[in-house]
Amino acid sequence: MTRQTFVERSFLAKNPSVLWFILILALFTLGVTVLSEAYGVAFISTSFVKTLGKTLCLCLVALAMDLIWGYAGILSLGHMAFFALGGYMLGMWLIYARTEEIVVAALAQGGLPATPEEVRQGIAVQIFGVVGASEFPPIWALAHSFWGQMFLVVAVPGVLALVFGWLAFRSRVTGVYLSILTQAMTLALALYLFQNDSGLRGNNGLSGLQNLPGLSDVSQDDLSIWFFWASAFALGAGYVLLAWVVSGKFGSVIRAIRDDEQRVRFLGYSVEGYKLFVFTLTAVIAAIAGALYYPQAGIINPAELAPIASIYLAVWVAIGGRGRLYGAVIGAAFVSLLSSWFTGGRAPSIPLGFYTINWVDWWLVLLGLSFVAVTLFAPKGIGGLFDLWQGRRAPDRKGAALGPDDSSLQEKEALK
Amino acid sequence: MTALLEVSGVSVTFDGFRAINNLSFSIGAQELRAIIGPNGAGKTTFMDIVTGKTRPDTGSVTFGERSVSLLSLSEAQIARVGVGRKFQRPTVFEDQSVAENLTMALKAQRAPWRVLFWKEGPEDRAKVEALAEEVGLAEHLPRKAGELSHGQKQWLEIGMLLAQEPRLLLVDEPAAGMTLAEREHTTALLVEMAKTRAVVVVEHDMEFVRRLNCKVTVLHEGAVLAEGSLDHVTKNQQVIEVYLGRG
Repeated sequence: MTRQTFVERSFLAKNPSVLWFILILALFTLGVTVLSEAYGVAFISTSFVKTLGKTLCLCLVALAMDLIWGYAGILSLGHMAFFALGGYMLGMWLIYARTEEIVVAALAQGGLPATPEEVRQGIAVQIFGVVGASEFPPIWALAHSFWGQMFLVVAVPGVLALVFGWLAFRSRVTGVYLSILTQAMTLALALYLFQNDSGLRGNNGLSGLQNLPGLSDVSQDDLSIWFFWASAFALGAGYVLLAWVVSGKFGSVIRAIRDDEQRVRFLGYSVEGYKLFVFTLTAVIAAIAGALYYPQAGIINPAELAPIASIYLAVWVAIGGRGRLYGAVIGAAFVSLLSSWFTGGRAPSIPLGFYTINWVDWWLVLLGLSFVAVTLFAPKGIGGLFDLWQGRRAPDRKGAALGPDDSSLQEKEALK
Repeated sequence: MTALLEVSGVSVTFDGFRAINNLSFSIGAQELRAIIGPNGAGKTTFMDIVTGKTRPDTGSVTFGERSVSLLSLSEAQIARVGVGRKFQRPTVFEDQSVAENLTMALKAQRAPWRVLFWKEGPEDRAKVEALAEEVGLAEHLPRKAGELSHGQKQWLEIGMLLAQEPRLLLVDEPAAGMTLAEREHTTALLVEMAKTRAVVVVEHDMEFVRRLNCKVTVLHEGAVLAEGSLDHVTKNQQVIEVYLGRG
């Protein structure tokens, strides 16, 4: 047995939940494929396959949120901005390449072969006519290249997170102030993108993203299942990566930072460096999730960057259970699917005689109440049920932080 | 004897209150030193300055043979050059096991990237076990630190400090809340540790200081009032007035 296999085995042996997760995800993917319209018995509609694929992407961004909030203790209320930026970056290539096909076809009818300049001009008019422009803004320089935009999917949110995080963490902004700062970041970005001259079509956003360039003869039934597979693969890979990150000494250090960052500094770890690393890593994961999400949603606009989106993300993770990766996945899947059921008008209204509870309106109230209830009565969220099942009990700390300021009874006895 | 830590002319003011007033202090490479003084004498501020938590207004703090200035380093960098700090209350990571606490403190690379790819080798495991043995927690390695008793947490923290292999150890009231037997054990350990490194103990408890049997520095209003053996300083008239006389 080589050393390498020994190490891998010990990682999985120490983290049996990873194997379970991969197994359940694989079975789920297989099940959906068999029931899909494209490759199976057509029991599940294509639109529902898209909903499930999108849900997997939300689970992936929830994993990132759990790493930064549940493990490192940084309540970022701006991670959906990175998610949306990832979507925008891939969306730029999708809309460019798709429009290029249409423009080339249209110009070909004119008889004379179109020059590249004419094609480019045509695409610009098609894309930006809606905001009254006919020139490509400089930020579209790589839009013609798939790999160029794929690079930007990672680079733009990554660099933004790096710069923002460096400024914030270096000044030792922590706790609720950092949350407000991240929220301000996503709001500022949303307001900027709402402007028509932001170069990303203002409040129109990017649309038609479900049509893949060069694959116009492939039906949405097939495309939806392909994206579903890609999302499932990304979620599985993200889960294994993050489980590995939190399993070793690195995980130990970031949990220590969550509980008492000053003590970690005195151990010789650069707390700011670790926070920045986690912030940037999670931003990149969020961006990849977004790049997979928006082609399934078909449209992206600046409303996706509204602070409320990031707050939802925190709610999913809190309900699912912070500080355990499967908790985040369960929370995101459970709450977002329930949310689409309630707001999709399929939940039956409850007539009370004098008033009828219409779930489209009341779902948010229900969600808010369950968030409060989970915070107060079940701080470990749905994931805490697994502890009950395994008979694990944490000492009751009466809601106190896990921090080192709390000691056992002996200390109180010792105080004179 | 060359000094390991050299503090000279340090002053620090908080909102007009002069917490440290032109303090000069030095400690050798293998020395045990007790710092005593009434409340507000600047004992904790002194530790904060050495560990980088507080920046002084004036003065210099240098460390080691090459006289590295600690004032330009961050807390984490100061810890890496070899200054360890033990807090008054035991500060261990309660949500993690004893083994994880010790492993985190082990002297090793501290950069995020290195830590991410760090793998526990057999020698690391052996070190952690040896440390746990030394502080009497060998049977508690897999337990969460939060489950330990107060005294055991103190020991765990001392074990973590040993794991860091510091050259200078700052210890804040180590005997607080300890039983008599635990105090004796602590005394022996501090004396033992001072054979290979510098140890500075901040303490209120005179009995405990007497047990340490070392040079004593008395702080008062942010400056050194007297220095010498415990018997010497307790005979000093000024010391009696400001500290002992309050009785």
